[in-house]
Parts: sequence; structure tokens; C-alpha cells
Amino acid sequence: MDLSWLDAAIFAPLVGAVAVAIVPSRNLSTLRLVALASTIMTFLLSLGILVDFEAGTPGFQLTTSLSWIPEWGVGYKTGIDGVSLWMVLLTTFLMPLAVLASWSITRRAKAYFIFLLALQTGMTGVFSSLDMFLFYLFWEATLIPMYFLIGMWGYDRRIYAAMKFFLFTLVGSLLMLAGILFLYFAAGDNPTFEYQALLGTPLALDAQRLLFLAFFASFAVKVPLVPLHTWLPDAHTEAPTAGSVMLAAVLLKMGAYGLIRFAIPFFPDAARELVPLVMTLAIIGILYGALVALVQKDLKRLIAYSSVAHLGFIVLGMFVGTLQGMSGGILQMVNHGLSTGALFMLVGALYDRRHTRLIADYGGLARSVPIMAGVFLFVALSSLGLPALNGFVGEFLVLVGTFFGYRWWVIPAAFGIVLAAIYLLWAYQRVFHGEPATEANRAMADLNVRELVMLAPIVALIIFIGVYPKPFLDRIEPSAERLVQQLKQSSVVPGGGVAEGP
Amino acid sequence: MEMDIPRIELAGIAPEIALTVAALVILVVHAVLGNRFSTWYLPYLATLGLVVAGALAVIVWDVNDLQLSGMIALDNFATFVKVSLAVFGLLTVWLGRDYLTRDRLEESEFYALVLFAVAGMMLMAAAADLIVMFLALETFSIALYVLVAFKRRSTEAQESAMKYFLLGAFSSAFFLFGIALAYGAVGTTNLYSTGPEADSLFRFASAGPSTDLDLLVLAMGLIIVGLGFKIAAVPFHAWTPDAYQGAPSPVTGFMAAGSKIAGFAALIRVLDAILFPLRWDWRPLVIGIAVLTMIVGSVLAVVQEDVKRMLAYSSIAHAGFVLVGVVAANDRGVSGSLFYLATYGLTVVGSFAVVSILAGPGEHRTRLTDYRGAFYQRPLLAGALTLFLLALAGVPVTSGFVAKLVVFGAAIESGYWWLVVIGVLASAIAAFFYLRVLVVMYMQEPIEGVEPAPSGGWLANGVVAITAATTIVFGLAWGPLIDAAEHARFFVAGG
Repeated sequence: MDLSWLDAAIFAPLVGAVAVAIVPSRNLSTLRLVALASTIMTFLLSLGILVDFEAGTPGFQLTTSLSWIPEWGVGYKTGIDGVSLWMVLLTTFLMPLAVLASWSITRRAKAYFIFLLALQTGMTGVFSSLDMFLFYLFWEATLIPMYFLIGMWGYDRRIYAAMKFFLFTLVGSLLMLAGILFLYFAAGDNPTFEYQALLGTPLALDAQRLLFLAFFASFAVKVPLVPLHTWLPDAHTEAPTAGSVMLAAVLLKMGAYGLIRFAIPFFPDAARELVPLVMTLAIIGILYGALVALVQKDLKRLIAYSSVAHLGFIVLGMFVGTLQGMSGGILQMVNHGLSTGALFMLVGALYDRRHTRLIADYGGLARSVPIMAGVFLFVALSSLGLPALNGFVGEFLVLVGTFFGYRWWVIPAAFGIVLAAIYLLWAYQRVFHGEPATEANRAMADLNVRELVMLAPIVALIIFIGVYPKPFLDRIEPSAERLVQQLKQSSVVPGGGVAEGP
Repeated sequence: MEMDIPRIELAGIAPEIALTVAALVILVVHAVLGNRFSTWYLPYLATLGLVVAGALAVIVWDVNDLQLSGMIALDNFATFVKVSLAVFGLLTVWLGRDYLTRDRLEESEFYALVLFAVAGMMLMAAAADLIVMFLALETFSIALYVLVAFKRRSTEAQESAMKYFLLGAFSSAFFLFGIALAYGAVGTTNLYSTGPEADSLFRFASAGPSTDLDLLVLAMGLIIVGLGFKIAAVPFHAWTPDAYQGAPSPVTGFMAAGSKIAGFAALIRVLDAILFPLRWDWRPLVIGIAVLTMIVGSVLAVVQEDVKRMLAYSSIAHAGFVLVGVVAANDRGVSGSLFYLATYGLTVVGSFAVVSILAGPGEHRTRLTDYRGAFYQRPLLAGALTLFLLALAGVPVTSGFVAKLVVFGAAIESGYWWLVVIGVLASAIAAFFYLRVLVVMYMQEPIEGVEPAPSGGWLANGVVAITAATTIVFGLAWGPLIDAAEHARFFVAGG
């Protein structure tokens, strides 16, 4: 058996979950430490992936291929390219920080950490699967832990939010499952779930359109694209801090990742036909998300809507069909994960202190918590795309790519950046500037050591990507190039190759 | 000079014979020895009978034969179903033992009836003649009517059993009428031909258009209706919620698992093997039933407030999912349906095992509100129930997901992708009510002052553990089981 660092990184959290399960539930601090240690170990393992990964090659690396259910052509197949590499690393990087952000969880902490660790295995698996059965398994496996995280440790409307999150995602996933099965049987006499064998399966254009929509249903819900986004503000707002962080930073990326990994390469002709539609939805997402964020009274909801806008950017870059757009979109997936993750952590820190998320309850915090105010401003600037910070690189590439592909679409997209500056800075101003409205605000404690440790790595990475994105782009671009090529290929068979009903 | 000595072959019904003998022994021994130690030796005897029956079923794997003048088919299809039934029977006996001791109910009759029911169900799977099929149907139905009414003092159980009995008798009449019409059309009730000259439904259906074919199609419709009652397909499902709710939980699980696989075994044999040449005639009907069953079962389950009733509607919806595999009418459809029925059976027996334990003495705690905060009082039982419900919802890593995958895959292979789309949307609706139970168990606190959820005996807990383990194992390492299901072929003449 040839296993790679990747497989180790996928399953290490499960080992951690078992370890957490063994610790007696009274022992809160041990539980935390075991969870933290396991996530840090996983991160170290994932550094092995980075070392083994060869920059400059577009194909899949660190591949593992094991036989699993030969009767149905199911295999355990994993591997990563320049896109999934960063998604896996983003997951393993943020997870210890998410554990650190979970110090306020004192009730049923054991189950909490088990779910969190199980979630990590699911997320890492989604980005590494090269077998559709395995992929679907991980894809759905992320659903259950997140459902419980929101439903058991969320805020007041947690049950409603958890239910909505689960059902929205499930409807999309099940349609994708039907699509996967169709593709499975379309592949020929020897059906297989293997990703690379399914690529280039000849399909009639009609079938391609339907299948693209089936996959798109699943991924568009996850991204989410307007108008399928309504689960997002509820889920993000009601989830506990770590849940919001992982939702925004990684789970949404699973949708965008699915689009470029599966929906486009499997059905390029249908994808090309639908590019205008997808781009329109992306632009609507950018503007609508930003405008709705502008009027939010709840800080968490504001950030949630900003995610809708940012993910619109990412999808826009991926569908314009240029290398810059694709690379920018992929890099922006990482950037959004870092900035929004940090923003949710900061809001979580605020909530831990004051038990409110309403902007109106805050004000003048810059005096009592200067460090927190500074970090918040810094992260907000990175999120709105200030040059020399990470968000700028990604958004700039997306805009350049869009300009090359569809010149006029740049205008509304750029307008979205302006709106982002308005809603983020305005929120910053209302929370941190002015006179402290209450005594509680005046006496608030600044970031403690744990919170600093949790935010410092993100801040460092934000600067690093902003100043020197080359190591990232070097690894992204060969894969991005290939993804752009895949959008231009054709796998259509004239006259239909697949049985359309009896 | 050769002499024709009539062969006496009993291998085909050896498991049924073993079960019948065991059941009779149980009744006699209990009458002789009385109640002392009966909580021990009765379940042992029942276990022994079922294990022997299962073994007798297994040893004829890969035999392809017709026995008892073409009345019994000895094929892997029957064997697969029989082994599954033996397992369901075992789990029911063990679960029932704890249940009977807890609720102080009569014993020997329970075990004997379960064994008789299993024998009838097994015969159903092996029937190669419509008359034998009817005989089998009645055998297990009558045993189940009594089992449903087993809580003698509960008026609710009486009512359930009465409804079940009346509607069951009704369905038997349909089935019998169908047999009569089939005989009128073909001149025999044999499914397979015993000789080159002999008539059979299969030969008749394969022969092509003839004047009597319409009569056979009509007979087919009535047989589908009759079996539709047993598998609880809409619109023949009306008895299900009441019978499931009123019956003792172990019996409910047994009905959901055993009755379903037996009914489907007959249905699959008749439709996908015998009447395969007439598939363009029966498909519209079965598709209609499948769509109705999936949607009505899922939608009505959403509004249930009683967990047993909810699981009853869920079992209706699951019949619809299996019907999708039947409609596919290809190899994968047959093997997928068998896989579905076997794994669903284990899961549903497990769910009712948990329901039975949590219901407490007299089964008073079966409403959804009784499950509030169950996870905090009985984490393992609630965890197992969670697993079962996720499996029923078709979430990956559980056997329920694989089951849906294989039947939906079969339908797509046959070109029925739109039926699969309806199926997946129905399972999304279905997911909602499984989630409702999870919400209650995990996300709501127990009501103050209410007695905590009871715990089970070691046998009942063991059943939960076994079924939970199989639910995971067949969700991850499902190769061997699907392989067995793919080898579960029908009898082939001359093969």
C-alpha cells in the first residue's frame, strides 16, 4: 500500500476524534488540548504535502489508488493538483485556529470537538478525491457534523438554520448523485467512478446540459450563487464561531472547487453555453451581496453577506475563460478563507465579551480594545482588496482576466469592490470609533494571548500573499491553465450517444 | 430398462421444514415444561431453529433446480432472501425475548409465530407456482396478524390487528383472483415449465401476442395489487401506519424487514423474471405505484408526531425506492433491490430495537416529544438511532446510501433517469423527518421532571449493536454483499 502525506492528512483528524472520544468529558482542558494537538499534527502532516508537491506541473500528484469495491468500479483514489493543494492546506491551516476559537464552548465540548474533527476529514477528503463515489462520500460527510455544530452549539435560531442548511445542500447533492450515476453508466461497458476515466466521456449535448445542471445545482447551492444563497446568512449567523469560520473559509469553497473540478471538465460544451448565465449570477451575487451587507444590523450577518459577494468574484473569475481569471479565482478562494475566517473569529471574540452581535450595541471600542480594533481594520482592508494585502492580488487577477474575456463585465464587478469598502469600513467605524455607548464597551478586555496566537498566523499570511504571491501562483497556474483548456474542449457526440429513456 | 422413480427432493424447503419443526417443538416443550426457565430455553430453541434454517438455506447456494413437481424453485435468488430472513428472524427473537420479559407477555406463542412467519416468508421467495406463493403469503400473514395483536390487553393493538387482518384478507382476495385469471389465461399456475411440453406463465408470456394475453395482463395487475399490500405500496398502504403503531416494536421491525423482503421477492420473481417479456405492460403500472409510494410515503411521514407511525410512513417510502429497482428490470435492478431489502431490513430492525427500548414498559413513550434530549440520557442508543435514521435517509458511509445508489443506478442504466430524479427529490423530503428526530434528540433539552429514557437488556442492546455495525460495514465494505446479490440469479431452465 502506497499512502502519501495526503492520505495521512485526510485521516489524521479521525484519529484525533477517537482520541477526543477517549478523554473523559469532565476534563474540558484536556479535551481542548487533544483537539488542538491533533489539528496541529494534521497541519504538520500537510506541510509534508507542500514539500512533496512539485510546482510547475499541471497533473495530479501524491496520488494513491487502492481497490475498494471492484464490483462497482469504486476505488479509493486520492491526489491533488495546484488547486486542491491550497484548499487542503487552507483547511489544515485554519483548523487549529478554529479549535482555538472554540474556547467559549464549555457545554458538551467532547461531542463538539468530535464533530469538528470529523468535519475536517470530510473537507480534506472532498478536495483530494479522484473517485466520484469517494468524493460524494466526503461531500455528504461534511454535512452531518456541520448540521450538528450549528444545531447544538449555535445561537437562538440554530435549529431553523441547521435544518435549512442541511436540506438546501441535500437537494443539490442528491441531484448531483443522479448525475454521477448517469455519467457512470455513460462511460461505457465497463462502468467506473474514477474521475480521470470519466473525463471526456462522450455525451449528447442534451444530456450534457441536464447533467451540468444537476452538478451545478449541488455546487451553486454550496457556493452559494444568488438565488440559492438564502441558507447562508442563517447558517453563518447562527453557527458557533468555529462553525462560521469553517463554513465560510472551506465549505463554500467546496462549491467553487466542484464547479471547476467536475462541472466544467465533465460537461465543457454545456458549461460554455451557460457561461453568460453563470457570469450574470456571479455579478448579481457581487452586487446583491454587497448591497444587502450594507444594511445589516447584525455584524455576523454582514460578514455572511460579504461572503456572497466575494464568492461571486471567485465564480466570475473561474468562468471568464482566461488564465488570469482562473488563477485569480483560485487564489481568491484562499484569500477569502483567510480574511473572512479572521473576521468571524473577531466577531466571535466580540460576542464572547458582550454577548451581542448587533452593531448598534457597540461603538468606541478603539479606545478600550486598540489591538482588536487594529487587527479588525487590517483584516477588513485585506477583505476589501487593499494593495499589498492578499485580497488585492486575487481581485486584481480576476478583474484583469474578466477584462480580457468580457470587457464590459468589469464595470459592475469593480463597483462591487467599492461597495465592499463602504460596508466594511462603515461597520468598522460604527463598532470601533466614536464614544463608547455603554460602560461594558468602555471596560472591554482586549485580545488575550490565545486570541492573538489564533489571529497572528492569518495576519502574517495575509501580508505574505499580498507582497509575494509567487509561491502560490507558481503552483496554481499550471493547473489553472489546464482548467481553462478544459473549458474550451468539447466532448459532445453528434446525434446522441447515451440512451435517453427507453 | 429404466424405471421412473419419483424423486423426493426436500432441499428446496428444508429451511421451512426446520423452522416448522422448531416452532412445534417450542409449543410442545413449553406445554410440557411450563414457565420455569422458559425465558431461557425458548429463545435458545428459536435461535437454534433459525440458525439451522439459515444453514440449510446456505448449503444449496449455486444449485439451480426445480423441486416438488415444479412447485419450488431452488435458486440463489431464493437463497439470498432466505438467509436474510433467517437473520431478521434471529434479531427479532433476541429482541423479542427482552421485550416479552419486560412487558410480561406470553412467550412460547411469540417464538412459534415468528418461526412460522419466517417459514412462510421463505416459502414465498422460493415459490415457483402461484398457488404455493398464495400458500406462503397466507402462512406468514396469519402469523403476523396474531403477532400484531400480541399486546392482548391493549385496545390499540386490537384495532391495529383488526385493520391489518381485514385489509390483508382483502389483498389476499385480489391475489387469488389474479391467480384464477392467470389460470384461465394460461391453463396452469406454474411459473416455470417442468418439461419441454409443459405450459407455464413464463413460456406463455414469452410466446408473443395471443388472444389470452390480455387476460394474463389483467391477472398480472391483480397480482401486483395483492403483493402491493404486502410491501405497503401506495395506494395499498392504508393498513401500515396503524399496524406498525399498534404492534409490539420488535414485531413492527420484523414486519418492516421480513414482510417487505418476502413480498418483494415474489414481486421481483413474477415481474422481472417470469413476466419480463410483458414489461412494457406492467411498467407503467409499477412506475405509477413507485412514484406515488415514494412521494406519499415521504410527504405523510413529515407530519407524524409518533415515531413508530413516522417509521411506518418511511417504510412506505422505502418500498417506493425498491420499486424503482424493480422497474429497471435488469440484472443490477434485481441485485440492487435485494441489496436494498437486506440492508434496509437490518437498519429498520435496529431502529425498532431502539424504539422498543426507549418506549419503556408498555410502550408508552413513542411520541416524538418523548425523545427530547435522549442523546444526553442514553448517548449510545441515541447515537445508534441517529445512525439508523441517517441510513434510512440515504446519507453516505451508511448502507442506506449504497442501497439507494445501486437501485437508482440500475434505473439509470435502464434509461429511467427521470424516475431517479423523482426518487432523489422524494428522499430529500424524507430526510426532513429523519432530521426532526435528530433535532429532538440532540438540540432540545429533556423536559424537567419527566422520567429519563429507559435502558435495554443486554440482548436488545446486542441487537442494536449488531444492526449498527452492519449499517456501517455495508456502507463502507459493501463489495461482498453486492457480489452475493449479483450472484443471486433466478432459476434458469436447462441451466
